[in-house]
Amino acid sequence: MDSAPLLEVQSVRKSFSKPDGGELFVLDNVNLTLREGEIVGLLGRSGSGKSTLLRLIAGLSRPAGGSIIYLGQTLDGPPPGIAMVFQSFALFPWLTVLENVELGLEALGLPREETRRRALAAIDMIGLDGFESAYPRELSGGMRQRVGFARALVVHPNVLLMDEPFSALDVLTAETLRTDFLELWSKGQLPIRGVILVTHNIEEAILMCDRALVFATNPGRIVSEIKVDLAHPRDRLDPAFRDLVERMYVELTASRTAERPAARPERFAGAGIGTILPRISSNLLSGLLETVAAPPYDGQADLPVIAASLNMEIDDLFPVAETLQMLRFAEVAGGDIRLSPEGRRFAEADTDERKRLFAHHLLTYIALAAHIRRVLDERPSHQAPWRRFADELEDHMSPEAAEQTLRAVISWGRYAEIFAYDDHTQIFSLENPS
Amino acid sequence: MTRVVPPVAVGTRRGVLSFWDLVALFLVLGFVVLLAETGRELLRPLPKPGVTAVILDPRMLPAYAARTTLRMLAAMVMSLFFTFTYATWAAKSRRAEVVLLPILDILQSVPILGFISVTVVFFMSLAPGLMLGAELAAVFAIFTSQAWNMAFSFYQSLRTIPEELTEVARSYRLNPWMRFWRLEVPFAMPALVWNMMMSMSGGWFFVVASEAISVGGTTVTLPGIGSYIALAIERRDLGAIGWALAAMLVVILTYDQLLFRPLVAWAERFRFEREAGLPPPRSWVLTTLTRSQLVAQATAPFRAAWRWTYRAASRSHNRRRTTATHERIVRGIDRLWHPVAIVAAAAALWKVVQFVSTGVPPAEVGQAFLCGLATMARVFVLLAIASVIWVPIGIWIGLRPGAARFAQPAAQFMAAFPANLFFPFVVSTIVAFRLDPNIWLSPLMILGTQWYILFNVVAGAASIPSELRDIATNLRLRGWLWWRRIALPAVFPFYVTGAITASGGSWNASIVAEVASWGQDRLQAYGLGAYIAAATEAGDFHRVVLGIAVMSVFVVVLNRVFWRPLYRHAERKFRLA
Repeated sequence: MDSAPLLEVQSVRKSFSKPDGGELFVLDNVNLTLREGEIVGLLGRSGSGKSTLLRLIAGLSRPAGGSIIYLGQTLDGPPPGIAMVFQSFALFPWLTVLENVELGLEALGLPREETRRRALAAIDMIGLDGFESAYPRELSGGMRQRVGFARALVVHPNVLLMDEPFSALDVLTAETLRTDFLELWSKGQLPIRGVILVTHNIEEAILMCDRALVFATNPGRIVSEIKVDLAHPRDRLDPAFRDLVERMYVELTASRTAERPAARPERFAGAGIGTILPRISSNLLSGLLETVAAPPYDGQADLPVIAASLNMEIDDLFPVAETLQMLRFAEVAGGDIRLSPEGRRFAEADTDERKRLFAHHLLTYIALAAHIRRVLDERPSHQAPWRRFADELEDHMSPEAAEQTLRAVISWGRYAEIFAYDDHTQIFSLENPS
Repeated sequence: MTRVVPPVAVGTRRGVLSFWDLVALFLVLGFVVLLAETGRELLRPLPKPGVTAVILDPRMLPAYAARTTLRMLAAMVMSLFFTFTYATWAAKSRRAEVVLLPILDILQSVPILGFISVTVVFFMSLAPGLMLGAELAAVFAIFTSQAWNMAFSFYQSLRTIPEELTEVARSYRLNPWMRFWRLEVPFAMPALVWNMMMSMSGGWFFVVASEAISVGGTTVTLPGIGSYIALAIERRDLGAIGWALAAMLVVILTYDQLLFRPLVAWAERFRFEREAGLPPPRSWVLTTLTRSQLVAQATAPFRAAWRWTYRAASRSHNRRRTTATHERIVRGIDRLWHPVAIVAAAAALWKVVQFVSTGVPPAEVGQAFLCGLATMARVFVLLAIASVIWVPIGIWIGLRPGAARFAQPAAQFMAAFPANLFFPFVVSTIVAFRLDPNIWLSPLMILGTQWYILFNVVAGAASIPSELRDIATNLRLRGWLWWRRIALPAVFPFYVTGAITASGGSWNASIVAEVASWGQDRLQAYGLGAYIAAATEAGDFHRVVLGIAVMSVFVVVLNRVFWRPLYRHAERKFRLA
């Protein structure tokens, strides 16, 4: 087999500029090689830049540094031979299934007959026979994503990029599509030579990939690589499979905790003012605390086990666990979550006691919450506008992240009743309606 | 030539000719004959001065109506062409955008009716001595009342194309031509069709003015329904007015059935997200055309040729590459662009001030401004009255799907009705009862535009989620509390949209509506519209320019300081996601 790689990503960086003129890195020094016949998974949390990397490879945006080499040539705009499958399907609603599939071929300027023949062949292969003249809105999610696959495969790409292709589907449908795809792939019936799959589903990565690259956030970078040597079709209940799941959980939790001492020692003590906070509702926090506190876990649980029993994916579960860690209600390490004494107390307390405890932890460990409260206390009017804090945050993060962080702290602050916020006037205050 | 491939899933062929085939055939043939007849007229020489081209014989009305209809259609085609070029340019080029967009914003808020006489000279010189020149001028005048909001809607659609669809287009390397017709135009289509309908309504409003054009003292009258009405008003012929009214009714109804119903029903399939509430529109004409085998076969070569353009464009596109030097040049132009635009704008401003000041004493600027205040007061009072009347009615209708299905097209139809037709009744009433024209001429301004409030509110009420209504029933919200907590907030964003449209339209209409005549009776209200109308009639371009400039300032300032903030507030606070 040919040893020359299909695609090489060499020390790629991607950044955006901050209002004060500095730069924030979404991707930093990313290296990746895709070889013939390989499925490579990019695994990580949302915001770790894995979708950004995929768009760089697709030629949809340009890296700020480094280069992407595809079949020996540096990438400059969307190349022929790299096709993409989108999370949201991204079908043209005014085109029929057949017309959607033909789109890429028409753009290649192929003769009419060949366009039609190849489109019908792709539709046939992907199991869409009989739906040629249907419009996307008439189809179920699973059928729509099949159209997405047919549209990508029909151009006979060398590299197929998949951006969380199954995450908008229900569990059963996603499983069917994955199985169908893997069957075609392992029988060599697909006209593609390599696949890059972005996912945040650990089991999906292990089911499909030959290698999985684990991304860390802020800035996005690859922290480890996990080889999956299991034979297809892979069995989720196989002990070797479970081991890999466990290992990947450990890698993912490690990728979070590892960055902290290195980057900013003081952040380990809690969340500094520049920390991007996830928008996690207090209900989710109490829910996870209660679940872990109750039998059979009794205060300590394996994250994969919790995830499986709650039917949550890492993107849903990790931020909750990490928020609990930030608030010192729990500790996350080695793929495990362990409640702190305060966490246990919270789980057993009644509503008022919970609010008191939460307020105390919020003001002690989340610097932004304490900061907002201090500003409000110091001002004679006990009021401050949104912009006052948003501007401050935007020195450390993108405007979107600043908005998200403020929204998160507002939601927690309201629950803890440490300050109030009026969204119409966009003003923070100490007054709650009495 | 490419072999014609039948569209897939045609299924089994039915008989050779179906009922739908026949209907379609007649429709198409009728249209061709109409075109041919009118085309012959265009090449006729201009009538001698003093000879009237129009007579008040009702039997001539069908022919006049046909001429007017085709003029409107020609203007619509021009507007579409303008939309596809101007708006695309504005949306694609950052440089062009900063200049083109404000221009459009002003053009769409200001009537160019006053400039007709200027453009006439230009168009007449294109085809000296032929009717064609005058026709072109008329078509251009109608065009100026139609094009702007279409272009604006298209621009906005282009800017709101979902990110992932743009990414698909780029990653599958669609060439610009293909991207335009496969992605951008379809995505913009529903909003564009809606705006075409609004434009058409606006066009009817000004058709009377555009069919009687004065060139250097003499008036060229183009045969048409507008000039017929003008003549009837001049001669105080109530019978003729009645006939014109009937003809107008038929024409608008025909337009609605043959053009806009099918377009609206067709555009429905381009909707990115289907709105809940009202049932999807249907049209018998569209059904006819799409079900007819004959139409399918006749258009197949065209569709094949169209697809061929995609492939041809692709082949040339795939050869081209952008280079780094090219980008450097682009950046260089970028830096130069702003100073150039600013200098050009300053020069234009200087020119305008110079032009106006040579013919108008400076004090008159203040007077024109006062006129503007009067018109503004009128617009707001009328909007308030129309809102009090139509919001409750609109909500009532919107909550009843049966009534809504009937009321929507009816309101659209009413919006197309020109105010000029009501002049006789209004003027005679005002004269007979010695009423104050400053008050009683005003309703004419909102005659056509109030319907925008109605059908937006109907749409808003229809989209109130049924859970919300159930909750209201469950909590026994009734009377004023129900209006205050459920109905009014729910329709508020829709209402604001309607009110903005109605306000803009009323400013435009003031030029036609603040002055009304019936034979020798001539009524004039105090206002900016009347000021512009009087200056136009007198051929006083200095005052026309001043009037239009003042109106632009009013409309633009109102939009920026009142309507836009209100709209944003409504969207933020009341939009049911």
